Amino acid sequence: MSAPDPSTPAIEVSTLECRYGDTVVLRDVSFTVRRGEIFFVIGGSGCGKSTLLRNLIGLHPPAAGTVKFFGESFADAGEARRRELLRTFGVLYQGGALWSSLTLRENVALPLEEYTPLTAAERDELVALKLAQVGLTGYGDHYPAEISGGMRKRAGLARALALDPAVVFFDEPSAGLDPLTSRSLDELIRQIRDTLGTTCVVVSHELASIFAIADRVLMLDKSAKGVVAEGNPHKLAKPGADARAREFLTRGENQP
Amino acid sequence: MSAPSVATTASAARAEARLEGDCMHVVLGGHWRITQPRPAWADIVARAMADAKTSANAAHPPAPRCVRLAFADDLAGWDSALVMFAGEILRWSRGHDAYCDFAALPEPVRRLADQLTGAAEQVDAPPPEPAQNFLAMLGHAATDVWRKAGEIAAFVGECALGAARVARDPRKFRWRDWLDEMQQCGAMALPIVGLIGFLVGVTLAYTGAIVLRQYGGDIYLADLIGLAMVREMGAVMTAVVLAGRTGAAFAATLGNMKAGEEIDALTTFGIRPVDFLVLPRVAALGVMMPLLALYANALGVLGGMTVSYGLLNISPTAYWHEMLATVTQRSINVGLIKAVAFGLIVGLAGCLRGLEAERSAAGVGRAATSAVVTALLLLVLADAFFAVAFNALGW
Repeated sequence: MSAPDPSTPAIEVSTLECRYGDTVVLRDVSFTVRRGEIFFVIGGSGCGKSTLLRNLIGLHPPAAGTVKFFGESFADAGEARRRELLRTFGVLYQGGALWSSLTLRENVALPLEEYTPLTAAERDELVALKLAQVGLTGYGDHYPAEISGGMRKRAGLARALALDPAVVFFDEPSAGLDPLTSRSLDELIRQIRDTLGTTCVVVSHELASIFAIADRVLMLDKSAKGVVAEGNPHKLAKPGADARAREFLTRGENQP
Repeated sequence: MSAPSVATTASAARAEARLEGDCMHVVLGGHWRITQPRPAWADIVARAMADAKTSANAAHPPAPRCVRLAFADDLAGWDSALVMFAGEILRWSRGHDAYCDFAALPEPVRRLADQLTGAAEQVDAPPPEPAQNFLAMLGHAATDVWRKAGEIAAFVGECALGAARVARDPRKFRWRDWLDEMQQCGAMALPIVGLIGFLVGVTLAYTGAIVLRQYGGDIYLADLIGLAMVREMGAVMTAVVLAGRTGAAFAATLGNMKAGEEIDALTTFGIRPVDFLVLPRVAALGVMMPLLALYANALGVLGGMTVSYGLLNISPTAYWHEMLATVTQRSINVGLIKAVAFGLIVGLAGCLRGLEAERSAAGVGRAATSAVVTALLLLVLADAFFAVAFNALGW
């Protein structure tokens, strides 16, 4: 839409290197995420999925390489522009990361208070809509400590969606959830993409979710310290694809 | 939403309305961004009606019976801002008995606008506060105090039982933690306790000098400061410093451990949190508090001596001998007994509040605050009790 060129990918990562001190976690990572795509970053524990996420959302500056959102580099942006860029994406943290001293309503309302010209009444209305979208109508006055883990994640999603971000990052959305709740969260992710055209980047190793909603996956590997496969998960699970990706996606049960 | 992006250079959200017959045609253009201002529906209607008046030259243009929305070709993007605008129109039409035609809009906008007006109706009113009269409040407060006193008593009892268990089997005691805690709350507190002790001595000297000089009893300043420091100020000031420094730290540490389910993990291994966490901490304070109080006493006397020498020209030797005439071993014992009790109070208050902390960041903060408040309150109560008790004993 308003971007100079609508064909610019939502996220463009090239030759990214992530490290903690002297330890290189990932090197030479390049990939693009198209607009309106549900993109999964997968891989075994300790392969650097979360590190990659922290680099993408700017919590951890990349050691080398660039990350571009809609053609614009995060690292090159000035302080003011960076704050604007931050508003273009929302993050759903693993445990929801709701502010514990605020009610759910206040949690969702805080970004709206900070960044929008809405009146208090309009804000309440919009918060009610966001909570309804994630199925939490009537829980606005609850504190995060008073609701279950799955509800906390959904509330975290409502907060991440508050400013209608172009991209939403999900850190292990199904961790610690039962299969049914996990599936309903998957459904929610797909629904949000379909309604709002939001680009979704999901870090997960939940096979069920990967096959259910992922358009494409990026597979990271610990020993390779980087990307080993990229593509549609159903194709990657079939013979002919990268052996490591295939092993992962078939839980190692389908060895040749 | 419908292909959102980061561009901020796009034109602002725009809506133009035109009255044709009894139908209001609204065309939406520009970029609708929730973070940017959007047109107000009331202004747009007012302008459209005014235009209709001038163009049709009619004093009373017909009231719109329908509102029809459509996208202009230059519509650059939309998000919740457009949804809220649509919601505003929906509500307006309901109030003006008009029909809303959103057929030309994408399906998600229609659905979200309906959801928005629906969700707003479901906004639940907060339950009314139950009416409270003064007597009821007083009663609740009284039972609350009783309940809290019970909690403290139960906790102290549990600690006493733990101490008895450890006394029977000293290998069960966490000696290592005890030493670490003693270093933390004792050795590391020397600078601040020393500074405060010295300054208290100085302050007492200046205050005492005002009165004593009038009677020519300058030399008795030594007795005044010695007694005040040793019996009272040394122990109390040290306890106040440690309540803020160590008691709050105990509460924050244990509160965090509780929030992280570490306390639960201890319990499920059959390890009593009181034995494992509370006893080493309380014992560390019980040992270090009297030592720190002695140190504060010495620094306080030194402070008094300095001022007496500088202000009243009393030689340190004369000061020392005069002080020894009143400050006996018994006075020192009084201060030490108090210091041990204060140490136990500060340690127990910190640990108790930490263990009952709520499992959240705010809960840990409240636990630390509450630990200091509880410790100070109990300190003052205990000090008053000791004053009466030592008086009765004639110490």
